[in-house]
Amino acid sequence: MSQDYSTRRQFLGLTGGAAVVITVPIVTLRPARATPAMLAAAIRNVVGEAVVRPGKVKLEVPPLVENGNTVPMTVSVASPMTSDDYVKSIHVFNEKNPQPHIGNFYLGARCGRAQISTRIRLADSQKIVAIAHLADGSFWSATADVVVTLAACTEEAT
Amino acid sequence: MAALINVPARAKRGEIIEIKTLMSHIMETGYRRTANGEVIPRDIITGFACRYNGVEIFRADLFPAIAANPFITFFTVATESGKFDFEWIGDNGFSETASASISVE
Repeated sequence: MSQDYSTRRQFLGLTGGAAVVITVPIVTLRPARATPAMLAAAIRNVVGEAVVRPGKVKLEVPPLVENGNTVPMTVSVASPMTSDDYVKSIHVFNEKNPQPHIGNFYLGARCGRAQISTRIRLADSQKIVAIAHLADGSFWSATADVVVTLAACTEEAT
Repeated sequence: MAALINVPARAKRGEIIEIKTLMSHIMETGYRRTANGEVIPRDIITGFACRYNGVEIFRADLFPAIAANPFITFFTVATESGKFDFEWIGDNGFSETASASISVE
């Protein structure tokens, strides 16, 4: 009996030790997620001290996506796109991917219509932020929440 | 490497046309690991630009959050007949170009 207990204790001790050895590297090696603070910092890098007002921007992403590896996204800005009133750039950010940037798109009056589309990756259900920089120096934004059932980026390669 | 470009062959002067582009590329994020736990190094397209008769009309900075085979669409005003030049650059010296012509009446 006593021998049985000791082996069981040893076994538990060993597995516990092994669990510690295994979990520690996994936790420390896991890619850091962007945090709301990183998102705010990334936005500040683009807009500086300017005020970002909600409006003018339309951010279209599906509210529920099955596969975060390719999510269609369209950003459009209400702008006449004339030579003195146009969209200079559109910047898209996310909250929980490993890094807060998604893309920067530089337009001009010659675009005629301030609208871009692409396909993005989302590592988790999260908030997307699109910010437009207008020729008069003002910044406008829109946000969208997306629920992702299968995340991108961090899965093992096959 | 293959680029897919969709530009209307002809347009009226002043018409707003849509340009669709796709470049085949893995867009490896640099955040994935193999089964052995080794990081797969980042390999992405970092920049895209479009010139219309030599003048840049659209440019984009891309990040790992752009899906594989980057698909980008945008608009431009058809001002004159000529050529669109597209350029993609990225990690590990990646550089590809494509072009399309348009006739504007």
